[in-house]
Order: sequence, then C-alpha cells, then structure tokens
Amino acid sequence: MLPEIQEFFHMGGYAFYVWSSYGLCFIVLVLNIIIPLCREKVIIRSIAIQVHRKQQK
Amino acid sequence: MKSNLLDVFMTILKRDLSLGLSRSSEIANPLIFFFIVVMIFPFALGPESNLLQRIMPGVIWIAVLLSATLSLDMMFRSDFEDGSLELMLLSRYPMTLLIMAKITAHWLLTGAPLILASIFLGVLLNLPVESLLYLFITMMLGTPVLSMVGSAVMALTVGLRGGGVLLALLILPLYIPVLIFSIAAIDNAILGLPITGEIYILGALLVLAITLAPFATSTSLRIRFG
Amino acid sequence: MLRHINQFASPKNFYALSCKLVHYFGGACLLLFVAGVFGGLLFSPPDYQQGESVRIIYVHVPSAWMSLFVYIVMAGAGTIGLIWRIKIMDVIARSSAPLGASFTFLALATGSLWGKPMWGAWWVWDARLTSELILLFLYLGYIALQSAIEDPRMAARAGAILALIGIINIPIIHFSVEWWSTLHQGPTVSKLDAPSIHIDMLIPLLLMALAYMCYFISAVLMRARCDLLALERNSAWVGELIGERSR
Repeated sequence: MLPEIQEFFHMGGYAFYVWSSYGLCFIVLVLNIIIPLCREKVIIRSIAIQVHRKQQK
Repeated sequence: MKSNLLDVFMTILKRDLSLGLSRSSEIANPLIFFFIVVMIFPFALGPESNLLQRIMPGVIWIAVLLSATLSLDMMFRSDFEDGSLELMLLSRYPMTLLIMAKITAHWLLTGAPLILASIFLGVLLNLPVESLLYLFITMMLGTPVLSMVGSAVMALTVGLRGGGVLLALLILPLYIPVLIFSIAAIDNAILGLPITGEIYILGALLVLAITLAPFATSTSLRIRFG
Repeated sequence: MLRHINQFASPKNFYALSCKLVHYFGGACLLLFVAGVFGGLLFSPPDYQQGESVRIIYVHVPSAWMSLFVYIVMAGAGTIGLIWRIKIMDVIARSSAPLGASFTFLALATGSLWGKPMWGAWWVWDARLTSELILLFLYLGYIALQSAIEDPRMAARAGAILALIGIINIPIIHFSVEWWSTLHQGPTVSKLDAPSIHIDMLIPLLLMALAYMCYFISAVLMRARCDLLALERNSAWVGELIGERSR
C-alpha cells in the first residue's frame, strides 16, 4: 500500500506542478466563497443596526 | 435656423481645431512625450545599431500608443468642465455626428503629428525604407482606430477620480490588437513575406471603429451625463 | 411563463430564490468536484508522452472555459440591464467580474505550471496565452471602472458598455489556436466533431467542467445577494427580512 501512496504524491516527478495547480485552484475557489460570506455578515449587521435605530424612534 | 449636417460637422471640427491649436501645450506635450519615450530605449538597451534597428518599429508603435493615451484627455475634459458637453447632448443634432467631428479634430491634432514625428524619427535613426513605408501605412490605418476607441473609453471615464491611470488601464488592452497586427505587418514586410492578411485586418478594425465607436461614445456620454 | 420570469426579476423574490439556489448548486458543485478530482487524480490514466503532469488538464481546461463563459455572462447581463433596466442583471454582471478574473488567473497560472515541465518555459508569447492575458486585464479594468463610479446604476451601465467593447477578445481567444500557428494545442472538445480525447480523460474533464459551472452559479449568487442587500438597504422588504432574522 505505502509505495503506491508515495507514488501518488510523487506524480511521476511532476509533484510540484500538479499539486501547486490543484492547490492554487482550491485556494482561489475557497476564497471566492469566504469573502462574500464575510461581506454578507458585515452588511446584515449594519442593516440590523439601521433597522434597530429606526424602530427605536 | 436649421443647418444641414455637413455644416454642423464642419462647425464642430473648426471649433475643436481652433481650441486645440490655441492650447498648444495640449498638442505639444504628448508629442514631446513621444520623443522622450523613444529616446530612452537606447539608454536602457545600449546604442548597438543592429538591436535598435530590429526593435525600433515596435518601440515607435509603443510610444505612439502611450502618447495617444495621454492625448485623449483633451477630447472631452474641457467640454465637460465648462458644460458644453451637456449642451451638445441636448442639441437637436445627432450626437454621433458631433462626436465624429470631435474625433476627426482629435486625430488631426494628435494622430497626424505623431505619424509625421514617427517618420522623422525613423529617418533620424536610419531605419530601412521598407520599415518606414510600412510604419507609415500601418499608422495611417491604426492611429484613427486609436482615436476612435479612445473616445469611447474616454467618454466612460471623463471626470472620474483616478481618471488618467484608469483610462490607461482600460484602454491599453483594447489597443493591443492594433499593435499586434501593425508590428506583424512591418516585420513580415521586412522579411519579404506577404502582408495582405494583416493589412486587411487593420482595415477591418478601422471600418469597425468608424461604424461602432461614435455610437458607443454617444451611449457612454448619455450614461454619464444624461 | 413570462410572468413567472418577471416575478423573479423583483429583488425581493430574487433574494429568496438565490438563497435556495445557492444550497442546491453548492451541494451539486461539491459532489461534482469530489467526483472530478478523484476521477482526474486517481482513475484516469497518465499520458504516454506527458506522464502525470497531464492531470493538470482537469483544472486548467475548465478554468479556461469558464473564464470565457463568465465574460459572456457579464457582458450579456450588463446589456440586458442596460436595455431593459433590470436591476438584478446589473448586480449579476457586477458580481461575475471577480469570479471571471479568478478563473482567468487560474487558467493562466495552471497553464504556466503545466507549460514549465512540458514546453520548458513558464511563459511564451503565443496567440492564446497573450489573448487570455488581455482578457485578465479586461476583467481588472471592468472592476476598476466599477469602483471608480460611485452611483451603482451609472457604474453598471458604464460597465456594460466597457464589457461590450471588449467582447471582441472572446472569439479571438477561442479561434487563436486555429488562426495562428501556436505552441498551445488545438481544441480538444468541439461542438460538431467527435472529441479527439480518450473517454477515460473526457469523463473527469466534463465532470470538472460541470463542477466549475455549478460553483460559478453558487458563487455569483452569493455575491449578488450581498450586493442586492447593500443596494436595497433602505427598502421595506430588506427591513422586514433583517428584522425577522435578528429576532
């Protein structure tokens, strides 16, 4: 089993290139999900404050 | 008193020409910039004649692109600042006609001097005659496209903060096809290869720009200024 | 049918719909990515010439396809918003831009990482790479224009014009490998012919392409939701929605 996993990570000598490509894609795609989610939280919080202030009046 | 369209075109053309000529720094500065850009290449790359001769058409074309980008500022900014742009938008004459007149004036004031300056520099730097000839032809086809596409993007960005750099950022990717085909034509012509394909494409870009750019510019102006 | 569509053009209904769609497409995207990556990394064969580095194709090609597709979406949505004045379309166009730029960046980066072992160079100035790089600058220019104009309605309409001016680049990129003799290989999957690629590689490739598509739909709707809330923050439905949530 173990030699096979070693071979899998080694990717026939191209380990750096293949894993960097997949890793880069993973990072960029995850960032494009995290950033809107954070922004949404910030916006909802600021709108909630605005609504709260209006209700208090 | 309703004038016919040719009279309107000539009026705006004469107005812009006289305005441009009276503010001579707006014409002179891009031209001086052009000379400076071409001159600094030998400083960076060493004065060896062979290398410079090979890259000179490309360097001259790059300098033309950068100067054209700088010179676009004069097209709408002064009209925007004194309100005549809004007056033009409100007039009963078609905006596309007025824009064509402004573009023609802009090319006469900036593009044509750049062509002459390029030929002058080419002679000064001992470029071979074929290079000069095809430089001239590609610039005759290409510089009007630069003015026209430039007017469309300038209409989008006039008066915005970060204006000059934003304009350059938006417009240089759009200028690149003109550059690629012009340089391909010049290089192939020097090698003796046929260049009809590149010339046709440059012609097609010119025709595309003439038909679409005034419409795009007037739409952009209406978006920005109602 | 038209009334059905018209109903979803209202921001409030669109917001509710997009929340649901994000969940469905997000789930589908996750499954498809798992299937595609497993298929690509484990079950597909290595190339007899390129060895294991051919596995980069499963992230490179879908990224490149999406970079073109998203630009068309951005220009199309912008045009619809410009002509028919539909606010949702403006929001979708604006939200697609960062995603399109990301996909273009990934296509260029993974292509570079594939090119170094195969061609021996990180970058070559051939037609397809150059036009894809121009596409990246077009996206970045669009984003810069959006942030320079303060009024969102004007920004969206100006962006639509800019996207339309740049759309000539899309057929140039697509046909660049046919029109010029380039180092980049020719089209693998064409609409009319049988694909020139083996089925063992075609299946993970199509799975990844579908995964990227579902990802794009969920990600763009997530961004569009944010933008819509920000745009409509003073309207009644937003007030009610947020009021209910904070209770």
